[in-house]
Amino acid sequence: MRSGVMAEFETADALQGAYEELRREGYTRLVTWTPYAIKSVVTALPESMVPWIMLASGLFGGGAGYLIQWWINVRALPIDVGGRPLHSAPAFIPIAFESAVLAAALTGFVAMLALSGLPRLHHPVFEVEGFERASVDRFWLGVDQADAHFDERVSELLARLGALRCARLGGPQ
Amino acid sequence: MSTTAPALDLMHDEPTGGEPVLLRGGTDLELTDELLAPLWRPWPWFRYALGVTGLGSLALFAALGYTVTTGIGLWGNNIPVAWAFAIINFVWWIGIGHAGTFISAVLLLFEVRWRTSINRFAEAMTLFAVLQAGLFPIFHMGRAWFAYWLIPYPSEMGIWPQFRSSLPWDVVAVTTYFIVSLLFWYSGLIPDLATARDRAPTLLRRRLYGIFALGWRGELAHWRHYRIMYLVMGGLATPLVLSVHTDVSFDFAITQLPGWHSSIFPPYFVAGAIYSGFAMVLQLMIPARAIFGLKDVITKNHLDNMAKMLLVTGWIVTYTYLVEPFMAWWSNDQYEMYDQLIDRPTGSYAPVFWGVIFCNCIVVQALWMKSWRTSAWRIFLVACFIQLGMWSERFMLIVTSLHRDFLPSSWRMYTPSWIDWTILGGTVFFFLFLFLLFLRFVPFIPISELKEMRHEARRRHA
Repeated sequence: MRSGVMAEFETADALQGAYEELRREGYTRLVTWTPYAIKSVVTALPESMVPWIMLASGLFGGGAGYLIQWWINVRALPIDVGGRPLHSAPAFIPIAFESAVLAAALTGFVAMLALSGLPRLHHPVFEVEGFERASVDRFWLGVDQADAHFDERVSELLARLGALRCARLGGPQ
Repeated sequence: MSTTAPALDLMHDEPTGGEPVLLRGGTDLELTDELLAPLWRPWPWFRYALGVTGLGSLALFAALGYTVTTGIGLWGNNIPVAWAFAIINFVWWIGIGHAGTFISAVLLLFEVRWRTSINRFAEAMTLFAVLQAGLFPIFHMGRAWFAYWLIPYPSEMGIWPQFRSSLPWDVVAVTTYFIVSLLFWYSGLIPDLATARDRAPTLLRRRLYGIFALGWRGELAHWRHYRIMYLVMGGLATPLVLSVHTDVSFDFAITQLPGWHSSIFPPYFVAGAIYSGFAMVLQLMIPARAIFGLKDVITKNHLDNMAKMLLVTGWIVTYTYLVEPFMAWWSNDQYEMYDQLIDRPTGSYAPVFWGVIFCNCIVVQALWMKSWRTSAWRIFLVACFIQLGMWSERFMLIVTSLHRDFLPSSWRMYTPSWIDWTILGGTVFFFLFLFLLFLRFVPFIPISELKEMRHEARRRHA
């Protein structure tokens, strides 16, 4: 969210109440900033893509790990050890497993950041007065200006819902 | 800190009964500031502690430098005892490193709530322990500067690693474990680094914590991706923890040596690793809890539960000590029987064997008593014995199997040199040095998770 109206709430419950009220009013482009995840708000959202990305990457990593071992020990440098088969599947399992975990974890971390638009060291919301408490004990709710229902009077509604104060992010267009 | 009203609801919220997992009342702001306080002002003895451990770390680097420039002959290793101290210490440290991810990942998946105050702590311990562990195989090679040959990369020599040997498995497992543990630890830290950024008293600190927080704003979309990523990463880390020490145990189990060639090794090693790891978490946690006055964040409930984990893993280890000689006898193999039934309990290294039995199987039984499980310093004492016992166990496993070769003409005793002892002691100092830096500069109690846990508990009671 780059511009819109932001409101500060004192408790997580007040924030959740206001968030749900605005959803009922038909607002769709709502953003919250909270010091910890509010479980019931987060779990009501559509599921994140991150686990699927991790699964795909893990399968790819495991397969690639296996194939690399096979290519190295069967094709690139075949060494006969007591007549044992060059392609010894059980011996290739541990590394294939580790490669799967490594690939899934690395991709998961990067995907989480990328989908969240991070890293981004500066953001306009940091300019809002009092926003630094959003990582400590205050709960912020934002209504994006791009929302179909948006008009400037939303701050009155937010105040009625218990906001401590409202702030304008970005200038009105 | 008084047990005020908000804390009381957590007390009744504890499903297992007993002490609550969080006694601290007060507002979120007070809780945050108290947990961040050690970052802004060093505790009184910090400088001296850092100095002492820093000097110890220098001794480590000196001993390693001496080894590299002079040669591996400075160590006590010989033929047939070629593995000796380096591998004993490697297995010991990597074992210690298991508890961190075990606490973080396995207990996360089981939704065990006493995990929350101690997981960051345990994860950091894992990272620093794995760093110490990694030193040993590298320097044991003798030519540490060729360590990169273990990585499969196309070289003009046309030489590639042999993946049908267990040693490359080990390299991949330990490297993966370090990277995944680091990611897991850092992911968990991001929201707290953002909190540190927003509470930092000076501009410089604000910027430093800001850079490491990656611009975290706690937005709804952030939490949505973050929470599930953290959970899935926990799910990945769980089999990973089990696989790492399994791979380490394969180094032994797939050889033909008496005392090593056994299918019980993977579970035996994993249980031993978690045993020594929990002991190390307690050894670090109990002093930190006293120094920083965290008795209401790390409560007696935590100590009690950790002590019970020691009992469980202690019994798994004890069971293995019984099964191993039984299997040796059952195999009817003369070398196995000699190693397990004669050499270990009555041979030259018998004191080590009986020390292991005393430290790992007998001392821990004190924890059956509730008075021992809830007394921090008694648990600390037991944990010290376990740590010593687990180190000795690896000494027993490695040295007794190697020093009696198949041919009596190759039998030889093993004695560690003073360089060996310096390196072992040095890693302990280096480990503590890194850990002190962690306590000084990183929020070591997960603040965001603690606030979330408190919020959820209050909501359940509303």
